Amino acid sequence: MKSDSSLNQLRPLTSTPPEIGRREFILNVDSLVTRLNNGARIVDDISFSLKQGETFALLGESGCGKSMTALALMRLLPDGIRVASGDIKLGEEDILALPEYAMRKVRGGQMAMIFQEPGLSLNPVMTVGDQIAEVLTLHQQLRGKEVRPRCVELLEQVGISDALRRASEYPFQLSGGMKQRVMIAMAMAGQPKLLIADEPTTALDVTIQAQVLKLLRDTQQKTGMALLLITHDLGVVAQMAHQVGVMYAGQIIEQAPREQLFARPAHPYTQKLFAALPDAGRSGQPLAAIPGNVPPLGAPLAACRFAPRCDKAWALCHEQVPEWTQLENGQGVRCHLYTSQMGSEKLNLKTSLSPAPSNVSGEGAGEEGRDTFLQVENLQVHFLIRKGILQRTVGYVKAVDGVSMNIPEGRTLALVGESGCGKTTVGKALLQLITPTAGSVRFAGHELIGITARQLRKHRAGMQMIFQDPYASLNPKMRVAEILQEGMDALSIAKNSDERQRRIDELLEQVGLEKASKWRYPHEFSGGQRQRIAIARVLAVNPNLLICDEPTSALDVSVQAQILNLLKSLQQQLRLSYLFISHNLAVVEYLAHEVYVMYLGRIVERGTVAEVLHTPKHPYTQALLSAVPRIDGQGMKTIRLPGETPSPSRPPQGCHFHTRCAHVMAKCREVYPGETIISATHRVHCYLAAE
Amino acid sequence: MIYLLLATVLAAALWIRKRPHLVLPWQRVAKGSVGMVSLLLLSLFVLVGLLDTMHYRAALSEKSNGQTVYSAEVLSVFDALAKGIKSRSEKTYSAPLAAYLYAKESMETSEGKILRDYPRLRYGGAHLADPQRELLGDVLKRTGIGALEGLLIGVLLIAVSNMLFHFFVKFRTVWSSAGREISKDNWISTFTRAMKNKPFKALLITTLLIAMLLGITVNLAAVYHVLGTDKVGQDVLYLALKSIRTGLVIGTVTTLVMLPFALLLGIAAGYLRGWVDDVIQYLYTVLSSIPSVLLIAAAVLMMQVYIEMHPDWFETSAARADLRLLFLCLILGVTSWTGLCRLLRGETLKLRELEYIQAAQAFGVSSSRILTRHIVPNVMHIVLIAVVMDFSSLVLAEAVLSYVGVGVDPSTMSFGTLINSARLEMGREPMVWWTLAAAFGFMLVLVLAANLFADAVRDAFDPRLNRT
Repeated sequence: MKSDSSLNQLRPLTSTPPEIGRREFILNVDSLVTRLNNGARIVDDISFSLKQGETFALLGESGCGKSMTALALMRLLPDGIRVASGDIKLGEEDILALPEYAMRKVRGGQMAMIFQEPGLSLNPVMTVGDQIAEVLTLHQQLRGKEVRPRCVELLEQVGISDALRRASEYPFQLSGGMKQRVMIAMAMAGQPKLLIADEPTTALDVTIQAQVLKLLRDTQQKTGMALLLITHDLGVVAQMAHQVGVMYAGQIIEQAPREQLFARPAHPYTQKLFAALPDAGRSGQPLAAIPGNVPPLGAPLAACRFAPRCDKAWALCHEQVPEWTQLENGQGVRCHLYTSQMGSEKLNLKTSLSPAPSNVSGEGAGEEGRDTFLQVENLQVHFLIRKGILQRTVGYVKAVDGVSMNIPEGRTLALVGESGCGKTTVGKALLQLITPTAGSVRFAGHELIGITARQLRKHRAGMQMIFQDPYASLNPKMRVAEILQEGMDALSIAKNSDERQRRIDELLEQVGLEKASKWRYPHEFSGGQRQRIAIARVLAVNPNLLICDEPTSALDVSVQAQILNLLKSLQQQLRLSYLFISHNLAVVEYLAHEVYVMYLGRIVERGTVAEVLHTPKHPYTQALLSAVPRIDGQGMKTIRLPGETPSPSRPPQGCHFHTRCAHVMAKCREVYPGETIISATHRVHCYLAAE
Repeated sequence: MIYLLLATVLAAALWIRKRPHLVLPWQRVAKGSVGMVSLLLLSLFVLVGLLDTMHYRAALSEKSNGQTVYSAEVLSVFDALAKGIKSRSEKTYSAPLAAYLYAKESMETSEGKILRDYPRLRYGGAHLADPQRELLGDVLKRTGIGALEGLLIGVLLIAVSNMLFHFFVKFRTVWSSAGREISKDNWISTFTRAMKNKPFKALLITTLLIAMLLGITVNLAAVYHVLGTDKVGQDVLYLALKSIRTGLVIGTVTTLVMLPFALLLGIAAGYLRGWVDDVIQYLYTVLSSIPSVLLIAAAVLMMQVYIEMHPDWFETSAARADLRLLFLCLILGVTSWTGLCRLLRGETLKLRELEYIQAAQAFGVSSSRILTRHIVPNVMHIVLIAVVMDFSSLVLAEAVLSYVGVGVDPSTMSFGTLINSARLEMGREPMVWWTLAAAFGFMLVLVLAANLFADAVRDAFDPRLNRT
């Protein structure tokens, strides 16, 4: 029964189950509506069902009501939001009708949930074993001596080595991936029929994400539970889901088996979502960004919610809410294109997804003869570890350990690596926000290391940084104009205040914001707009080099495309150079010219995009690439990396990567491999390549 | 000095008026009913305090050598207004609205017998022939009349202010836009329009209630001791009202003394780290590990000795008492900044890692500018909350210090001295409860109003709570 899940995923799921008996519906959600107390609909009329051993993915951008749906299922909605109507049936039980004490049995016992941030969902003052034991005594009625062995067993099941010792450790002693494993173990302890996973891998690195996703799949195969996966990541959906529901502004706008959805997305939003994904194939042209933003929760209901952003919308879309339409192949969609005559006519008109390539395509030529703008030699950043009363130095954390790079004018260099590998530290050290321990940074011919703050200020304007989190990078108490003006004031860019105001207007226009927005506070803008403001802020001082520290990782896919397009067009207009720090290889592939792969403070491989991403030589690069979930569901054979990144305070002897490498040799354990030159641009630090 | 404070506040208000984005949050405050009601109460307290601050010395009627001689006693405007209740002191305790003393005394009746009974009060209910029977009726009558009068005055007040506002608006529209049509509505429609917004209604009701309460108090106070009398027969209502000034001064001045220490040192320690942080941390750890009462006692005693050695510095005892109060504020301020400082250091440690600070650093913005432009505005909410919390605890601290004997000058009336005296009275049988109740009631209203107002202000200034 459980083994034929692959068969099942091909079968379309319709509102009336086509097959009888074979597999029961575990969860039935029927026209679920949750409302704010003021009447705004957070989740609006959602229906889906889940069978045993099946994975249903709720896909959507932030703020579309995915998590609220999950919380409604658990009856854990925050105060002020309540289920207004609809049915939730878990097996035969009506969840909404249960009294609270019975609900406590259901939570953890029949339905379990794991959350996005494993660090926040474990109690820091209880050992991991005790936390699992709590679930066991509550839901399995295990007592006394039976508990401990079962805990250890569960931990072993989720792939934690040395489970006996780990069970008596506290959460802070575990890494992020391990914490998420513990969360899964906890969820499995109650032997639930349904596991709700709310963005279970969003906070994890790609290699760890691959481990956790595999674990979830394996557990599902073993126990036959149903999995409700909530995610914004199309790649994760492609790997995990049998059925997919695409959510937008509180509604499921499209529902289909995975293969169908990926092969033939019906709703314009889904189509756009696919088109907005960056990859190498599109690197010459702008991405198909969806204009505008996700509407706020509880927006008016009079029309199709996607209509304002839809390029296929016509009058009807703005007047009437589209009905749920079942297509012949079992795909369900909520769009007027499929309901009316007019719609089907429009549908037949072949619309090309990718916009006409603009003047971008002229790029790529003339790579030679560019001036090197930024020259970094053997950059080192070591943090001291101090201990004791006298603060003696007992060791170093070698966050950045001998990084060299060259960035020519108008080019993008991408720095890729997992969290904790030191890539952000490189960015900050270049800007002298963190004082480097050694090395040389030459910017436009001037050495930046070791000069005084006053001298440094002269060069400040040339190099600026765009930060990851657009919510933390703008001072909430300053208005946009003040934010933009700050850099100009500090570096005395414009002469008088009139000129500055003019420049601010210009900048806002350049990044695609209205002039009127300069008198508003940052919180009035969405994430994408905030990132535009952050970009305008650095442009205000006319920089030549921008250090972009994961500028799109906090943004939704559709908005990410807008920002990437903006960065790309700015590069052409202003001939900016970018140092693009990212863990998202798809974005890198789209935007960058050269890629440097970083592991534990050192560059392990570098070269042009094509070289590094298509013919990777270092085992780490290969593993990194294979761990990225691809939307086509295939790609290279997955190389699974065991374990986690070692601590940079005690890097392994020899090649840093040897502890996780599948091709490890004796000499890898002894001496760090030197540079092997593959081609004029492609270099790698690995004995394998040297042979 | 208090005038200076007032002038600063006024100047700040004028400065803000010219800048629309700073006016906006205050307009939001004006739109909340709780904020406005507490502001009204608070301003009443401040009014009493201010009246009590305006000192003068009455000219005595007899002149010596053609020069006017001033009495040694310094009076305030408030004293003059409350002359009635100030001067009518009884022998000792009497309950609120009583006609008899609270202690039995031996009296000689007209027949010459010695009788031990509660004697009549000298002033309280003196107009009644037979208090036993008439007291309740009279009190009720006066309450009714007072309430009515208060209501009338309140309505009148509102009508007048409404008229003024109406004409002000009309005047302004005529002045500013000659071409635009002048609103034709009369003052009644202005009123009905104003009635439609909630805070105005709340304000109206509060005004009427306060007016009624005042009317009742004034009427009753004319012939009774509304809140009873204390051990030496002083009217407790008068004492409580006099205490407001002390409370306000201690609350505000101490906070003003404390703030620069806490704010500067706290954010400097948090932002600059390194040795600055070490020094400041050691400083406040040492300071907070010394029992603060001891420290304050030592400082106050030193100051006291110093003052007594130079009696010629002070023209009047009131000036001396005021100086002592000021010094107390200073000492309290110097010793009480550690808590807020620690809080601010922690918050700054968090803020300095935020990306907007790093963005500013990347622009080469100077440290002092980062501190004032980025950090201070973002810790303001903590400051505001802590200040209001401290306000009440400082008023209490004053009570504790008065108890130890190092508080305000004994001649200064304060909630502390009131509560302190109540300590003995509570132990008496039968219990004398009204002093404590009066101090408690006034303090509660004062602190609560301050708390609610600060809450409203904080909410109005938080951009995240005010999405448009």
